[in-house]
Amino acid sequence: MSTAAEQRSARAPWALTAPALMLFVGVLLIPLAMTVMLSFHDWGQYKGIEPVFILKNWREIATDPYYAEMFWRTFRIAIVTTLLTAVLGAPEAYILNRMSGRWKSIFLLVILGPLLISVVARTLGWALLFGGNNGLVNKLLMSAGLIHAPIPFMFTETGMVVALAHVMMPFMVLSVWAALQRLDPQIENAALSLGAGPVTIIRRIIMPQIMPGVLSGAIIVFSLSASAFATPAIIGGRRLKVAATLAYDEFLNTLDWPLGAAVATLLLVALVLIVVGSNALIERRYAEVFR
Amino acid sequence: MRRNGPLALIFHTIFVIVMVAPILVVCLVAFTPEGFLSLPTNGFSLRWFRAIANYPEFIHAFWVSLGLGALSSFVALLFAVPAALAIARYRFRGRDALAALFLSPLMIPHVVLGIAFLRFFTSAGLGGSFAALIIAHVIIVFPFALRLTLAAATGMDLSVEMAAVSLGANGWTLFRRVTLPLILPGVISGWALAFIQSFDDLTMTVFLAAPGTETLPVRMFLYIQDNIDPLVTSVSACVIAVTMTALILLDRFYGLDRVLAGKGVTGR
Amino acid sequence: MAYLELDRVGKQFGTQTVVDDFSLAVGKGEFVSFLGPSGCGKTTTLQMIAGFLDPTHGAIRLEDKDLTAIHPAKRGLGIVFQSYALFPHMTAAENVAFGLEMRKVARSERTERVRAALAMVGLAGYEDRHPRRMSGGQQQRVALARALVIKPSVLLLDEPLSNLDAKLREEMQIELRQIQRTIGTTTILVTHDQNEAMSLSDRIVVMSQGRIEQIGTPQETYERPASAFVSQFLGKTNDFAATIDRTRAPALLMAGSWSAPAPIGLSGSVTVSVRPERIGFGNTGLSAKIITRIFQGNHWLFQCDSECGPAIVIRQNDGERQPVEGEAVRLAWRPEDMSVRGGASA
Repeated sequence: MSTAAEQRSARAPWALTAPALMLFVGVLLIPLAMTVMLSFHDWGQYKGIEPVFILKNWREIATDPYYAEMFWRTFRIAIVTTLLTAVLGAPEAYILNRMSGRWKSIFLLVILGPLLISVVARTLGWALLFGGNNGLVNKLLMSAGLIHAPIPFMFTETGMVVALAHVMMPFMVLSVWAALQRLDPQIENAALSLGAGPVTIIRRIIMPQIMPGVLSGAIIVFSLSASAFATPAIIGGRRLKVAATLAYDEFLNTLDWPLGAAVATLLLVALVLIVVGSNALIERRYAEVFR
Repeated sequence: MRRNGPLALIFHTIFVIVMVAPILVVCLVAFTPEGFLSLPTNGFSLRWFRAIANYPEFIHAFWVSLGLGALSSFVALLFAVPAALAIARYRFRGRDALAALFLSPLMIPHVVLGIAFLRFFTSAGLGGSFAALIIAHVIIVFPFALRLTLAAATGMDLSVEMAAVSLGANGWTLFRRVTLPLILPGVISGWALAFIQSFDDLTMTVFLAAPGTETLPVRMFLYIQDNIDPLVTSVSACVIAVTMTALILLDRFYGLDRVLAGKGVTGR
Repeated sequence: MAYLELDRVGKQFGTQTVVDDFSLAVGKGEFVSFLGPSGCGKTTTLQMIAGFLDPTHGAIRLEDKDLTAIHPAKRGLGIVFQSYALFPHMTAAENVAFGLEMRKVARSERTERVRAALAMVGLAGYEDRHPRRMSGGQQQRVALARALVIKPSVLLLDEPLSNLDAKLREEMQIELRQIQRTIGTTTILVTHDQNEAMSLSDRIVVMSQGRIEQIGTPQETYERPASAFVSQFLGKTNDFAATIDRTRAPALLMAGSWSAPAPIGLSGSVTVSVRPERIGFGNTGLSAKIITRIFQGNHWLFQCDSECGPAIVIRQNDGERQPVEGEAVRLAWRPEDMSVRGGASA
């Protein structure tokens, strides 16, 4: 026998979440389902979309090496970008965390701020810096004696990775930063008092503890890089296609919606599998240690 | 806490320069007096800012972006605040699944969302309309609105509400006089963050916008596709200025690391 | 014989003086507590001994060797932190083994010493647990084992028991004392809890605002507080204004209607300080009225309004009749139960 108060509190959460739930079902789940359906429809130059159930688009993606190459490029760029952000972002977060109060908040603002600045503007900045063979970056690298001939950045994967890493860097710093906040502030002193040197402290004490932060940052960076649109479109131009820019072309230039929908569906499914899979792996790996 | 060594500080300096460089270069080029892309070596000029006035598409797109951001963030909050209160306060079956659903727009690539909404709104006869843009933006900014509201609602001392109830407040009065004022900082920050997200979105919006409903990022993107000239840098500089202002306000008001990390969602 | 010596040690942060003119000689095997409210400089002093902070002035010596010249990683001190600072990604055994690893102790010896250390703190069988799967008390023990296994020259304890609940804290106090007695490690404890300092230490250093107020055994600091601060900080006390009249013979010390032969060498206005449990109700003495009386199980607590201002009296619950609220009483104590401060020397 439940009391009136219990009944009220059983109904209340549903009443409160119902509007949002209906919104999400109506204009998120249904459109997504329609997109998956769309990928099985037929399309012709003159007949447009035909609502039938065929595997034509999926077969095309599976057999035409163009798509395999494009997806491989997409994930390759995402992987290199992820590695770059991890290798540079994790040390930076650590250095940031050791700064004194005022400097810490200033630099945190400087590094995390770009996260909220228009991706178009940021990528435009890189396009200006790369700017052909005598762009600012090449001039700087050559005058520093690091390279002898200019590196082509525009319309190359190198350029895409550099610009993407810049766009994604705040996510990595933030994620590692959050992990560092959970560290006991005395933990380094504890290791020090037991006789550990600076390298040992970083390798044996700090690294293992921020690893979950690096990994969860890597998942975010990877999934956002693999589905990035603005940066590949501006730096990569029309020739160097990745999944997002290809889908965009199919939809707004070629108008082959079903094929574009198939590319998008594949991207979504691949990313969901990778993200859910690696999250599960990380949780299993660190479940014993953390909480 | 130990200090950073010289090597660490050198690394840090280079890191910060690289982070700032592209943004800085855009802002600098915007002031060039030349007719082509160049750093303003021969003095500063506002000619490219004045030139924006001759491109009504940019000005129109700016107003579309502003209205879209403001309105969609507000609508998102209308749905997000009750949902956040339910998730923060009640342990009910399906709670975790609901929270995951509400945060899912963060996980789904915006290309996929753009395609899904394009398909959906075209079938519904709303293709390219401002209404379609609003609804789509409500979905993508919803997680941000929810997260910050949730953080505020989770951190709220429930006994304050009980005290109000014992004094005779109930229902709407309770919400308006006690609950809302207490979670207001979270709600406002949620609105601001949602606004920035909407204001900056390109990937999804590029699928939905039609001439007349093009947002500023879409207009800029389409412009860059054709050619890059100082005009787009001066527009970018304006966008950066607007965002920076919002950012600094947000930082003062709520703390940027809290906003971005969504701390407090899991409790402290 | 000083084993660990702090010689006029001072620490300044900018213009702020956090520790001032701190001198102390600790004997080998001694257990010394730094006691004081938060911000009194006790933790700063501990961190200077540990090497996490450098003193602005003065010297710290261990067996006559300058300790400040040695890198903290080489000082060989054992430290238990307030937060325990256990390595969360290592098991209990790995935590304890870490310091031995840094000292390149051979694996077989390491395993044996880790086992022994964990057994000593009562954690045999917990070798493979991770800290987050352990209770606060167990984590505390791991931290202690980790600090002791390296056979430190000095054991530094920074508020080690403050995160435990009252009952567990008492148990750990007893255990800590036993372990320290058994292995005889020179120990310095930082605490703000006067009961902890009194029950554990051979000597207490009472600190306030960066300065030493008193150094003494627990009994000395409790019964003969050197300053008003010490008497207030170490438990409840009554401070009465009194005068010493040397015109009479014999000279008298008078607090209201209470009087006793004056101590030698003092005259004028003084403050007498009496612990509440040393005051009895009698037929003569300070006249007072009971304002409230509170029953606290094994004793009664009386708040009185006396001639010399408010007074607190604690009486054992020995079954005798106790005065009731509103009753007029006389407060009396033995001259040896009070300490006298101030006054001019005569």
